[in-house]
Amino acid sequence: MLFKGLVTIGDYFIFLKKVFSKPAKWSVFFKKLVFEMDTMGIGSMLIVSIVSVAMGSVITLQTALQIESSWIPSWTVGFTARTSIVMELCPTILSLLLVGNIGSRITAEIGSMRVTEQIDALEVMGINPASYLVLPKVSASVIVNPVLCIFSIAFALVGGFLTVWITDCVSTYNYIDGLTYCFRVYDVIYAVTKTTIFAFVMSTVSSFYGYKIEGGALELGKASTQGIIVSSFIILILNVVITNLML
Amino acid sequence: MIEVCDVSKYFGEKQVLHSINTNFEEGKVNLIIGRSGSGKTVLMKCLVGLHAPEEGKVLYSGREFHNMPDGEKQHLRAEMGMVFQGSALFDSMTIEENVAFPLDMFTQQGEGEKRDRVDFCLECVDLQNINRLYPAELSGGMKKRAAIARALACNPKYLFFDEPNSGLDPKTSLLIDELITKITHDFNTTTVVNTHDMNSIITIGETISFIYQGRLEWTGNSSNVLASDNPVLNDFIFAQPLVQRLKK
Repeated sequence: MLFKGLVTIGDYFIFLKKVFSKPAKWSVFFKKLVFEMDTMGIGSMLIVSIVSVAMGSVITLQTALQIESSWIPSWTVGFTARTSIVMELCPTILSLLLVGNIGSRITAEIGSMRVTEQIDALEVMGINPASYLVLPKVSASVIVNPVLCIFSIAFALVGGFLTVWITDCVSTYNYIDGLTYCFRVYDVIYAVTKTTIFAFVMSTVSSFYGYKIEGGALELGKASTQGIIVSSFIILILNVVITNLML
Repeated sequence: MIEVCDVSKYFGEKQVLHSINTNFEEGKVNLIIGRSGSGKTVLMKCLVGLHAPEEGKVLYSGREFHNMPDGEKQHLRAEMGMVFQGSALFDSMTIEENVAFPLDMFTQQGEGEKRDRVDFCLECVDLQNINRLYPAELSGGMKKRAAIARALACNPKYLFFDEPNSGLDPKTSLLIDELITKITHDFNTTTVVNTHDMNSIITIGETISFIYQGRLEWTGNSSNVLASDNPVLNDFIFAQPLVQRLKK
């Protein structure tokens, strides 16, 4: 079991070496990069916005209900909601959501290409399939996910605002006051850094599981699930490590 | 010419190819025949570099393939075209994009030039007005022909076909066989076909290598394959009742 795990880790790094080699043709790489950015970014925007608004609403409502005390100033709701959203919920929950959305798509796409010999066809043509197929996906996710994270933060804060406005649990003035209180740009940098690292893990691990498939449709399903589980697990571990290192 | 010298291949403990020695000649249709699981596909994958043999070597016009520096290997690979059993066309691309793909990757041709080449290759395989269709919209035979057109795009010196007739009806199989012969003679390619289709064996095999349990059992051509006194080959060739009846 341990030996198998070590072999998989070794294979993963060998795979990364293949992925990060010079693309066969830069113009083709950029064309694919734009396509992937469009698919990942625009394709995920709806789900990201819905989840973020809901997340912002709930966290604001929960905070308002938990700290109902005359000793605690009202802006605390906005302040706590903002801190939770910026520093933890958006980068981590969003990344886990994208593992399910984008990561599984990457595994399925590359895996089905492996099963139908399309990857072999690329290899016979003298093209490095890992670099041709995976590098644009990794680059796109590393560019797009942080942007999605920023949008997610904005949507979540708007969700919180709407909740405050509709339920009147605190005044909108106090909520906005809390949002802006002690705001540090570093918190956003921290969130974006985490999302970028998580995006790299998500895209490379998902691609790896798709690329190394041997067999047919059954293995494709298994690889998709494995890719999601392993990516999520690594993201959760890294979350602890990065938080320790950066805060 | 492709020379296969003492090629052996293992998967773990299991040896699937045992010191194969054979030649595939230029301008001819060279067949690798044998039963399913005999090692035909493994041998072909060793030829094109998808598998590296543990022992022996593969020579392309005297140049050893597997020990070549990467740059030289890539250059040689640009001279190869392969048609896979399942066609292996890229699902996300139209037929035109599929055929133009090797041109996009390896040439500096302009759009017009590329389009002309794509049309020429599709015409060679008798496919017209399908440029904008996706592989999923084509029949099995059309997919095979589109895959042949893609393999032809960069004027290959070496063409490989992995079971080109599998899953096709007899009439379409005949068309594919005719196409393989025509392309080989018109473009003077070294064509290697991996098959167990009896019609292909009898009609298009200018050289035939019969593989049995990972060993090269017999070599010859389509004119002497039926008259061979090799019992294992006869067992394979005359396995079908129809052929047995014809023999009688």
